[in-house]
Amino acid sequence: MNEVKIQKERFANFLNSLTDSYRLYGPVRQADMVNFVPIRDTTEIDLSFQNTRLSSKSLFLPQSERMFEYSLDPARDDAHILKEVPRDYSPRAVIGVRPCDAKAFKLLDVNFDTQEYRDPWWVRARQSTTLVGLGCTTPCSTCFCTSVGGGPFDEEGLDVLLVDTGEAFLAKVLTEKGENLFDAAKTIEPADEELVQKALAIEQEAASKIVSRVDTSRLGELDTLALYEADFWEEVHFACINCGVCTYVCPTCWCFDIQDETHGRAGDRIRNWDSCMFPLFTLHASGHNPREEKLQRVRQRFMHKLKYYVDKYKNGVACVGCGRCVQYCPVNIDIRQVCRLMNAIAPPDRRPMHACNIAWVRSPS
Amino acid sequence: MLKYTSKIRETARRLLTEHRVDAVIGFRKGTVPMICQPVLITTPQEVDTLYWDSFCGVNLANYLPKRQGPIAIVAKGCDARNIVVHMSENQIKRDQLFIIGIPCKAMGDRRKITRALNGQEVLEVTEDADTIVAKGEGFEMPFNKADVLQDNCAICIHRNPVIYDKLIGEPVPEQDGIDRYADVQKLEAMGADERWNYFQDLVAPCIRCYACRDVCPLCYCPTCFVDESRPQWLGKSIDPTDTMTFHLLRAFHCAGRCTDCGACEQACPMGIRVRRFTRKLEKDVLELYAYEAGMTMEARPPLDVYRPDDSGDFI
Ligand code: SF4
Ligand code: SF4
Ligand code: SF4
Ligand code: SF4
Repeated sequence: MNEVKIQKERFANFLNSLTDSYRLYGPVRQADMVNFVPIRDTTEIDLSFQNTRLSSKSLFLPQSERMFEYSLDPARDDAHILKEVPRDYSPRAVIGVRPCDAKAFKLLDVNFDTQEYRDPWWVRARQSTTLVGLGCTTPCSTCFCTSVGGGPFDEEGLDVLLVDTGEAFLAKVLTEKGENLFDAAKTIEPADEELVQKALAIEQEAASKIVSRVDTSRLGELDTLALYEADFWEEVHFACINCGVCTYVCPTCWCFDIQDETHGRAGDRIRNWDSCMFPLFTLHASGHNPREEKLQRVRQRFMHKLKYYVDKYKNGVACVGCGRCVQYCPVNIDIRQVCRLMNAIAPPDRRPMHACNIAWVRSPS
Repeated sequence: MLKYTSKIRETARRLLTEHRVDAVIGFRKGTVPMICQPVLITTPQEVDTLYWDSFCGVNLANYLPKRQGPIAIVAKGCDARNIVVHMSENQIKRDQLFIIGIPCKAMGDRRKITRALNGQEVLEVTEDADTIVAKGEGFEMPFNKADVLQDNCAICIHRNPVIYDKLIGEPVPEQDGIDRYADVQKLEAMGADERWNYFQDLVAPCIRCYACRDVCPLCYCPTCFVDESRPQWLGKSIDPTDTMTFHLLRAFHCAGRCTDCGACEQACPMGIRVRRFTRKLEKDVLELYAYEAGMTMEARPPLDVYRPDDSGDFI
């Protein structure tokens, strides 16, 4: 692996040297929060944040994305034909992605980029993007990445990882895309041993700062129905107001809704974020709603992340421990607590059998 | 605050033990600092989870509509007014309720505290009557509570519940000499274009998560207009027209009903001051109809009655 030193005072130069070859995106302060936006002036980039308010998933799965456009004008040859909206897929570099978000992209790949289906918008955005990560020297108290297979300096999903050592960044070049980025930057100073050692010490210290721990070890083996019917959902769901905060700030929530919007004779087919917490999410055209009750919706969110995903992909939980939902839920519903409750239920063989439950499961729906 | 906590527990224990109510709605301590969680308890064994401090800003009246059976609820001044609104809109009946009234000492705003600390993370908070101390990695910062109140609490003139079955402490003095509408007057002084731009900028960061709607006790419609699909009134994208339509209609639906509890503003993950919309309507209703929401069951809300002498030449 290639390790490069970038002096802080030269960091802006380094970024500027990329602008000929890449469209740059990065974290920018907006009032009280920091979010990822396209960068016009490289001095706007602010790497002093703990984590961005919104995750960086919108770089690949925007909240609203125009997929197709169409015309309903019968005089036109292309009336009623969906045409893909042109998009810029030229090389793009995203600076300052946290390791949890980068891990989340890998996790979303299992949904958008599979043997069977390849979502073209997702795949092209992923292919054209080089991810320059930023290790977390000061993790938040709500971060629990180390409990879910990640870590403050985890390299999964990143092309480059920056370690802030004070006066300089140590840049670990992790992939071919990362190498290409440094080729574009031209002037490169290899990292000296002292910097490498310093970075190592910082990484180790950061890992020890993550004190929030969650045990997910039993989720895979637990009986789905036992979890589904557990009593604690009653308690867990009470405070929830079924807003979209937890799912919208989450880097791993991938659900969307596709809508056609027509204005006069022109229209767009738009893909928008959706949320399992909204009653509309499951409303059928018939008027029937299989998740009519709040309890069902709250349970779905946690069961999807912490059980269904675990069983289907055998790849850990569908949560990267970024803690955003914990910080921004208006009523403090805390996935760490819910995970603890789920992980701690009695094994299925010690649970009494409920005849009615069995009947319910077998009855055709 | 500790005194309030023990009084709330004591009352809840008695009500549940004597089977006067089936459940008590109150708060428990949050898992992170500066937020408490609404909780429903149904047995005397659970009463010790009930808790009170300066971060109980969520409006518990939101959990009442259409609830069955006798129930107790912890209510600050604004919550109590929203309970009155619910009763006048037939969402809950007075005889079902045991209202545990809190003479409210105003709620702290976690965002103001975080902002004052330049974003440094708060790991623990302690408080006494006038001070809130925020502690974190390498700092301990005392705040004068009055400086870090929720905006709505700073101008609140109804801190004592207007309705209750038991008040858990001496009534607090109400603030007087408060200029409640300085912020609205600034907006009124703007020209139409300036005002339009102001509101456009205000909601620009909105992600349409609807937390402001969902946390509001007034928003109990079985299907909100934003969720109607036949016809679909509102697009699902973050088109600025749709976003503005949501905010304007939400505000109008709150006219004469909003108690300025501030729950909407506290809930917004993007820090949008959504009260900027509802405050103007509150002022208009006060000036046109001499009405404040949720103060009494005697008067019907102005938008629900027609009087030939109603003010306004728009009728
Ligand atoms: S868990 Fe919290 S953020 Fe998520 S829908 Fe419920 S109230 Fe909203
Ligand atoms: S569920 Fe919460 S903690 Fe987990 S990845 Fe999503 S926002 Fe982060
Ligand atoms: S609109 Fe906001 S301030 Fe008014 S009652 Fe609803 S939550 Fe409270
Ligand atoms: S809570 Fe904030 S972001 Fe969510 S819909 Fe309301 S104003 Fe928009």
